[in-house]
Amino acid sequence: MYQQFKARAEGVGAEVSRFATNAEALGFILQFLQNEALADTPQSTALWADCPFLAQVDRQTLQQHRGLTFEVTRELAADAKFGISQMEWALADTGSLVQNSTAVEQRLVSSLSTIHIALVPTTGILPDMPALLARVHPKDCAYLAMITGPSRTADIERVLTIGVHGPERLVIIFVDELRGGN
Amino acid sequence: MGTEFKESIHKAVNNANLTGALGKFSEAYKVNRAKAYEGIDFEELRERIAELKSYAASHLDELSEKFTQNAEAFGAKVFRTNDPAKVREYILKVAQDNSVKTVIKSKSMATEEIHLNPYLESAGIEVEETDLGEWIIQLAGQTPSHMVMPAIHMTKEEVSDLFSKEVNERLTSDIPRLVKVAREQLRPAFLAADMGISGGNIAVAETGSIVLMTNEGNARLVTSLPKIHIALVGIEKLIEKYADVATILKALPRSATAQLLTSYVSIITGQTPNCDGSMKDLHIILMDNRRSEMAADPKFKQALQCIRCASCLNVCPVFRLVGGHVFGKVYTGGIGTILTAWFDELKKSEDIQGLCIQCGACKDVCPGKIDIPELIMELRRRLVQEQGVPLLQKAIYSVVNNRKLFHGMLRAASIAGKPFTSGKFIRHLPLFLADLTDGRSLPAIAAEPFRDRFKKIIQPELKEKAAFYAGCLIDFAYPEMGASLIKIMNKAGIEVIFPDDQTCCGAPARYNGAYETAAGNAVDNIKALLREDVTYVISTCPTCTVALKHEFISTFESLGQSDWLPQARILSDKTVDFSTLVKKLVDGGRLSLKEGQKLGTITYHDSCHLKRTLKVSEQPRELLQKAGYELTEMFECDTCCGMGGSYSLKLPEISVPILQRKLSNIKDTGALIVAMDCPGCVMQIRGGMDQDGADIKVRHTIELLAEQLDM
Repeated sequence: MYQQFKARAEGVGAEVSRFATNAEALGFILQFLQNEALADTPQSTALWADCPFLAQVDRQTLQQHRGLTFEVTRELAADAKFGISQMEWALADTGSLVQNSTAVEQRLVSSLSTIHIALVPTTGILPDMPALLARVHPKDCAYLAMITGPSRTADIERVLTIGVHGPERLVIIFVDELRGGN
Repeated sequence: MGTEFKESIHKAVNNANLTGALGKFSEAYKVNRAKAYEGIDFEELRERIAELKSYAASHLDELSEKFTQNAEAFGAKVFRTNDPAKVREYILKVAQDNSVKTVIKSKSMATEEIHLNPYLESAGIEVEETDLGEWIIQLAGQTPSHMVMPAIHMTKEEVSDLFSKEVNERLTSDIPRLVKVAREQLRPAFLAADMGISGGNIAVAETGSIVLMTNEGNARLVTSLPKIHIALVGIEKLIEKYADVATILKALPRSATAQLLTSYVSIITGQTPNCDGSMKDLHIILMDNRRSEMAADPKFKQALQCIRCASCLNVCPVFRLVGGHVFGKVYTGGIGTILTAWFDELKKSEDIQGLCIQCGACKDVCPGKIDIPELIMELRRRLVQEQGVPLLQKAIYSVVNNRKLFHGMLRAASIAGKPFTSGKFIRHLPLFLADLTDGRSLPAIAAEPFRDRFKKIIQPELKEKAAFYAGCLIDFAYPEMGASLIKIMNKAGIEVIFPDDQTCCGAPARYNGAYETAAGNAVDNIKALLREDVTYVISTCPTCTVALKHEFISTFESLGQSDWLPQARILSDKTVDFSTLVKKLVDGGRLSLKEGQKLGTITYHDSCHLKRTLKVSEQPRELLQKAGYELTEMFECDTCCGMGGSYSLKLPEISVPILQRKLSNIKDTGALIVAMDCPGCVMQIRGGMDQDGADIKVRHTIELLAEQLDM
């Protein structure tokens, strides 16, 4: 299912990678932030929304990265270049990510930032939408959010253009040993 | 048709930007849609959607109540009303009670339907559309031209002019840059807004959830940033079960934009926390605005199966020429015509219903399985019922119904037309009739109609008999096609009779809403065609075949007349189109075509009624190939040629460009012959080819096969 997901998600412009361990995934994220010029200045910061991944890695090592914060407010989110969050499920047949986004912080980091980095437990891959809806009921989830690729529009002359109101890039990171949430 | 309306059509078809953008889009759409549906049984899927939406339409009250209970249990406030004015007042009251100064909106056709923006603005509230297309037309002071792509009619240059004014800076027409400008301009509006207004793509009764879909991500912001969220939902968006969300989500993005899923889908159930920790003030308005009345109408109930994908616009050969503005200010295209008649008023559909050429392309792709052409016909019927048939049309029908008089007049016209006739064509007509020969020559009226010619044809006495229903075009313009039929049938051992008192099939009257006239035609034809015991009633015109096979019955049913129904059903069973019958005769070994012929390349044009109503497309192709032609398919082989019976006379400004597209698709194949099974299409395409000057023969399949019989 991972291969199918990867093909579908890349088909709509997402970037997909996969790691066995949390540590490897963390290394990738930090390298990515560095390459993309994370800094403690407006439009260069990163916001990491609370998630099981953070509880499973050594958070101390993250404190030294200037510009990376774990406090999420709308002002900080509006100013951030990177938003990092954990999505609980992935749908193989459409390349979609799914999250119980009832906590508004989860939505802020994934909708206001320019680059959304999404961590996903590999065990959270489901075949399709019916499988998802059978698993998540609205009584337990006030805001169920699905994300398929970056923000896009074709409203000017039908030309596909990326990054209107939401992120311009969606970086998806599967982690095999990651647990939690789903 | 009103002059103002005619002018709006004229303006649209001459707008190269509009027709260019729509034309390109419609071509790409067909290919991409097919790709998006790969591996999915579309018929099965739309059957399920039709079923669940139809169930919802029959249980609107029950589902509304259930929805209200469930959504309120999770803290939403639900307001249901039939009255658009009450919707506007409710929203304004919520705004005023909360001292709202600015509102951000994600795309909602329901708010367009009730003209919400001007209402709120006149109360001093600032309203900002955030869907890029909606924002563009808001800045331009226009209305949407397409339900899914509201600004499809505008060029990037026009958009850059608008945006330049907005940001006080001269922008180029670089699209990514323009999109960035929109992002930067709207971001502060999102963050400052006191209230968010959205529509709703689906409302789930069982859970009280609403589903919102966008590609840009604006609905996520509209529902997350302001502390108040109002969702305006037409009650036709209700479905019973949560699990059925998956069914709609499978079809809607594929049909709307050929995507597997829109970038963002949110399922919202009750209140969610705001950024400051307070809970969202969530209002859901279930708007009726005559939808319940529609649900109680046996014909129009099915229109509530619409999921608002707009695929009926995307495949419409007329829409891609005229765009949405011709249809009015809110809903556009095929389904839009029907919605306008109900949500606005029947009278408003008077002109726009005439835009439908009845080709049936929309019916084929509708994920809600709505018979849009049939509903448009029903609008026509009701308009005629309300207002009567225009005098001129009435005069025309009375002539058409009287075969002798009709023929006499045609003959007179043929003689009068002599100065304008060149060989087999009338190339130019004087004065106000000139439009009719603009871009297309008309066939000259046959010197001897088929009914006279038939009497001179000597047939062997054969045991099996079939009645030939000629229809007006073969009778008066192309009698040689009738002669070909007899030749072929005799060869297969069938004698053809021609009941002299057959009359017009009633299609012209029916397609103009004059059902009483059409019913009269039906009775006359049933009497004539069933008088002798025949195995088949054969027609070589798909429109006539559809009339004999289906429409006599449905016309009687629409009028509540049952006297002639049993006979109409007998006639329906005996009626067969030419290609289907010949294929059967060939397969059964009763007829054989010359073997081993090499007749060169041919391309085939599918006639609307043959392909989409009678579902016949392979039979003529197989027969032509068996006869020795090498088939090469044209692009959009089953797109309408623009004839549409009297349509080409009423709206030549639309008919002719549709024809030109067809001609160029035919020419692109390099084939020397184009075949088709409909004398109406022959008239349109042969006439077009004549004026075009291309050396491509336009033939009815029957003529080509008659030449290749194995003697």
